[in-house]
Amino acid sequence: MTSVKEGLGDKRGDVLMREQTTPPAASNAAGLQSASVMSGRGREARFLWLVPTVYIIFLMLPIYWLLNMSFKTTNEILGGFSLWPRSFTVASYVEILTNPVWYNGYISSISYVFINTAISVSVALPAAYAFSRYRFLGDKHLFFWLLTNRMAPPAVFALPFYQLYSAINLFDTPWAVALAHCLFNIPLAVWILEGFMSGVPKEIDETAFIDGYSWPRFFVKIFMPLIASGIGVTAFFCFMFSWVELLLAKTLTSVAAKPIAAVMTRTASTSGYELGLLAAAGVLTIVPGAIVIWFVRNYIAKGFALGRV
Amino acid sequence: MDKTWNNKAWFMVLPVLVLVAFNAIIPLMTVVNYSVQETFGNNLFFFEGVKWFQEVLNSPRFHASLLRQVAFTGLILLIEVPLGVAVALAMPRSGPWVAVCLVLMSLPLLIPWNVVGAMWNIFALPDIGLLGYVINAMGISYNFTSQPLSAWFTVVLMDVWHWTSLVVLLAYAGLVSIPDAYYQAAKIDGASRWSVFRFIQLPKMKRVLTIAVLLRFMDSFMVYTEPFVLTGGGPGNATTFLSIDLVKAALGEFNLGIAAAMSIIYFLMTLLMSWLFYTLMTQSEAEG
Repeated sequence: MTSVKEGLGDKRGDVLMREQTTPPAASNAAGLQSASVMSGRGREARFLWLVPTVYIIFLMLPIYWLLNMSFKTTNEILGGFSLWPRSFTVASYVEILTNPVWYNGYISSISYVFINTAISVSVALPAAYAFSRYRFLGDKHLFFWLLTNRMAPPAVFALPFYQLYSAINLFDTPWAVALAHCLFNIPLAVWILEGFMSGVPKEIDETAFIDGYSWPRFFVKIFMPLIASGIGVTAFFCFMFSWVELLLAKTLTSVAAKPIAAVMTRTASTSGYELGLLAAAGVLTIVPGAIVIWFVRNYIAKGFALGRV
Repeated sequence: MDKTWNNKAWFMVLPVLVLVAFNAIIPLMTVVNYSVQETFGNNLFFFEGVKWFQEVLNSPRFHASLLRQVAFTGLILLIEVPLGVAVALAMPRSGPWVAVCLVLMSLPLLIPWNVVGAMWNIFALPDIGLLGYVINAMGISYNFTSQPLSAWFTVVLMDVWHWTSLVVLLAYAGLVSIPDAYYQAAKIDGASRWSVFRFIQLPKMKRVLTIAVLLRFMDSFMVYTEPFVLTGGGPGNATTFLSIDLVKAALGEFNLGIAAAMSIIYFLMTLLMSWLFYTLMTQSEAEG
């Protein structure tokens, strides 16, 4: 009995410390304190900022090049090498935003991503709660089996998925892609949410049940607000992996629900080599990602650690 | 953690189970079905036993792409993990720059994979791409569409560009969870920079680094879209990794039996890795 209590005490202490240290925008006092500790590193600390700076420049170079290309005319691109657009033009962007082939690609991508995120998060919430709070017959095997699906190469499933979704008449709809992406997004969502939920002390559940809360009411009214950041991060990851995946999305659509990334590939091959258009479309696929990152910026590191830090 | 035994929890897991099983088990059964049969069209199938498996396991083509796959995965792990840890160590722990760093670093992770390929294609073109132009200007002959070495260099660099941030973010999450008291104690003891890393930071990062290494292992083992868009598996077969080879066999040559047998072997390999991953993870969780 005592050992269990001690364990819980430790856990709570751990949670408190985490709360003090994790928010990146920690109070100034904490910042100064850690700065003074960091100065213990000696002279090299002064040049330490160079490492992330150089790394970020390396990350930005290809993105800059894409931007650069997207503002050039086709003639200028094929004309030769130049570090910035000489005859600046937004013609490529105008073409994408006015041509239905292009903007429908965006609409279908965004619709399957949202459907998938909604399904994944809502079914993963109760499941993650079950894994974090209860032991039940076959729980460990089930959890492992779920994880193996996150590890299954999509290439293995491409052909059978095509046949399966054709057979149930969902081929070439956003629903097909949204359901297919559940294969890897649900396991991931369960995994991340389980990590966040295990950080919430069990006493909170017990107190609520003693106070006469039913499970659904407790879950929605008390528990979900407690792990709100975890739910946000999970939704972000589902969004991310559904947004970046292309092999399955391409296999499961032909005309009506073609994702933007696939429209890009096709246009690149049919309308000659229009690099400017391709670059502009690429830039526009980066935008939604950049927007959602901004919303989860304070939780992103913990989220990537699957809530387990 | 002390959990209560409750079999009703199955009802909470049921929706997940149904959705994932629908997506995982039916297609897997289809693959198993193809892998043991021979077809001559007209939906006529004949049972062939393990013929396709023997053929795949003995084919030099499969060995070659497996070897390339292992080399690629090994190479990117050797580069990305130390680089990611180094960047995470050098990042500020607090202040306004943290959010800026995190947002900019996560940007590559949110770009659709074929856009990553297309972007690097444009970036590495020998005549009008920044990377290709600069390398050629330095007097090194570089063309990723015709030279295998250039193609490998570009594919590896692209993967480093794309995924090192994942390692950075994970390592960073581990680092910020270390209480300041640890550093103060180390300072009082007069610990060197190296021993702070070796005895405080590395043990605290162990769990997240396990996740990082194994996620990178898995994802690079199934890499398809980026190298396919960049090089198409070429020049020749120089960058044909397992997934690319598999899709070629299944959709390009419509060799159903071979492709299915390959899928299963491939899937068993990842399953073995997943098991290793899971065991390592649960072990480190039990310790930590």
